[in-house]
Amino acid sequence: MPACRLYQELKRSLLVALWFIFLTFPLMVVKVDLVERVVHWRWKNMLFVGLAGFFFSFLGRWIMQRKNPGKALGKGTAWSLRFCPDPKIRKILIVLLLCLAVAFPQIFSSYQTTIMTTALMYVVLGLGLNIVVGMAGLLDLGYVAFYAVGAYSYALLNYHFHWGFWTVLPIGGLIAALFGVLLGFPVLRLRGDYLAIVTLGFGEIIRLILENWGEFSQGPSGISNISRPGFFGLELSLDAAILYIYYLMLAFVLVAIFIVGRLQHSRLGRAWIALREDEIACEAMGIDKTKTKLTAFALGAFWAGIIGVVFAAKTTFINPASFTFLESAIILSIVVLGGMGSIFGVILGAFILILLPEYLRALAQYRMLAFGILLVLLMVFRPQGLIAPGRRAYFITKKPDPET
Amino acid sequence: MHYFIELFFSGLTRGAIYALIALGYTMVYGIIGLINFAHGEIYMIGAFTSYIVASVLSLYGYPLFATVIIAGAAAVVWSGAYGYTVERLAYRPLRRAPRLSPLISAIGMSILLQNYVFLAQTSDFISFPKLIPDLPFMDRYADYLGSSDVVILFTTLIVMGILTFIIRYTRIGKAMRATAQDSTMAMLVGINVNRVISATFVIGSGLAAIGGMLIAAHIGQINYYIGFLAGIKAFTAAVLGGIGSIPGAVLGSLVLGLTESFATGYVSSDYEDVFAFTLLVLILIFRPSGLLGKKESQKV
Repeated sequence: MPACRLYQELKRSLLVALWFIFLTFPLMVVKVDLVERVVHWRWKNMLFVGLAGFFFSFLGRWIMQRKNPGKALGKGTAWSLRFCPDPKIRKILIVLLLCLAVAFPQIFSSYQTTIMTTALMYVVLGLGLNIVVGMAGLLDLGYVAFYAVGAYSYALLNYHFHWGFWTVLPIGGLIAALFGVLLGFPVLRLRGDYLAIVTLGFGEIIRLILENWGEFSQGPSGISNISRPGFFGLELSLDAAILYIYYLMLAFVLVAIFIVGRLQHSRLGRAWIALREDEIACEAMGIDKTKTKLTAFALGAFWAGIIGVVFAAKTTFINPASFTFLESAIILSIVVLGGMGSIFGVILGAFILILLPEYLRALAQYRMLAFGILLVLLMVFRPQGLIAPGRRAYFITKKPDPET
Repeated sequence: MHYFIELFFSGLTRGAIYALIALGYTMVYGIIGLINFAHGEIYMIGAFTSYIVASVLSLYGYPLFATVIIAGAAAVVWSGAYGYTVERLAYRPLRRAPRLSPLISAIGMSILLQNYVFLAQTSDFISFPKLIPDLPFMDRYADYLGSSDVVILFTTLIVMGILTFIIRYTRIGKAMRATAQDSTMAMLVGINVNRVISATFVIGSGLAAIGGMLIAAHIGQINYYIGFLAGIKAFTAAVLGGIGSIPGAVLGSLVLGLTESFATGYVSSDYEDVFAFTLLVLILIFRPSGLLGKKESQKV
């Protein structure tokens, strides 16, 4: 009987709401001011928690009933395939998007262009981390370390030797890739969760060294007056530089998409995916585990290093505070939100996670809270991400019979 | 020699706190093989709850002893409740999911709890009320260790004793050990595995809350961010001792605490946290099973 069901569901939601009121009572309701020696009782929050708890527990169980949560990663059809199955329409859409991207700085202000440049940087960072986490299945929580390595390579080489942007760009990438191999080598034997913690530790070590080794990196005050990228030896004005870096990033994104896309279906890319699915079976098939893992680390780190150089050139000032664990968490959220292993998903994830908080400035302080909620909800309800990566599939279309 | 003894005791105190947090990691890992990334946040919530309760009570003029007891009990109860809720919401739906999923959801939970406390309370450092009085008989040893060190060491010893008793002799302790050995088999002999897992989270969270309250009273200030570093370090300690092993977690914590104390005392205090992370990386490379851990063979 539906009426009875509804009653039971309401009762359960009520219990959940009461539990959350109890749970959040000391932190949400009580606030002590020890200077004025008064206690503020914020009863409004309690009402709010109760209502939210009631509503979301009802909603949550309704969704849970509709689908089985916690399904394996990588299942489900690709949305891109579902929505526009015709490759012709997809091509037209991509060309339109490109035109929009090229025209963007002409249409919008330089402030918007700067934000868009940041989003594009995160697209490349996401694509780089996607190689390590999405394809090879190695959970890297210290990805920001490579980003820092790239940024500091440019900052220091520019500061000491006045090397230009274009000279350092490949060097920064290579140094970061070297660090990737350095980190990758010792952690090869570790399983998923240990690997996560070691990479996290590695990221923190890099940041702490940058912060404390004053003679090398100028400590927490950072390095300022880094040169912007030059345009064939010309000094650019600020507006022109913003434009220039935007187009530069656009080019990098396209190159990154092209390379990562080609890699995905290459021998190496398929080896990564096989490694992610089952290490032992993978070794049994004759794939060199060491080499495959190390290339994943090196290539992932390479992109982070490149973007690090661009970041240093764009902001002209860097300090260790830009390279905290939170940054790694944001990049990881981009990959997970978009759908691990899916290029289009990563692009979408980067735009959502970077642009939304920029345009919702009023809610900026809730940004990290929302990140946390998002990660948990995604894992529970849609572990494959917004856009599940599609395996390359071949469709056999029936040719028209020549006789009829 | 004088300096050495001072460092030794400060390392021991650190180690005791790490042990209280590390036990939660190791117990959870032993049972469901998950690194409970949000455990450090539970510790932070324990510290905050005890801070709020203690300040409210002291404002209303309760005597110090009652305040300490009530604040400690509240910290344990609420942290336990948070531990239970986190497991229920973020980990239980993912029991059968691939390994990475619960880990990512744990990271999400950790970020969520940190920012929840930050938004609900404050982002500033809060000075923690003085809960541990100066013990009169400690004056003679004041050069080596303070009263709070003694209180921390004794409380930790008592708590460890209670934990050992629970795990060795009570019904739920036996069920926990059985589940850790083989959860399917435990289910077959009639153990409610979900309830055992919840109990493990609650016990681990309670221990972390005691650690949070003690360290906050010892150092004198708290912040919404303290759980991150403490959590990572306690995890290091658990791995050092061999994750999944309870005596290992205690041993690892003491080793880590002493190492940190001596390294900051004799080498440099700037790199305090680097030592812990370097130690973690080194152990995982050279002895992934830890000091007391069993070697794990990978099966197809």
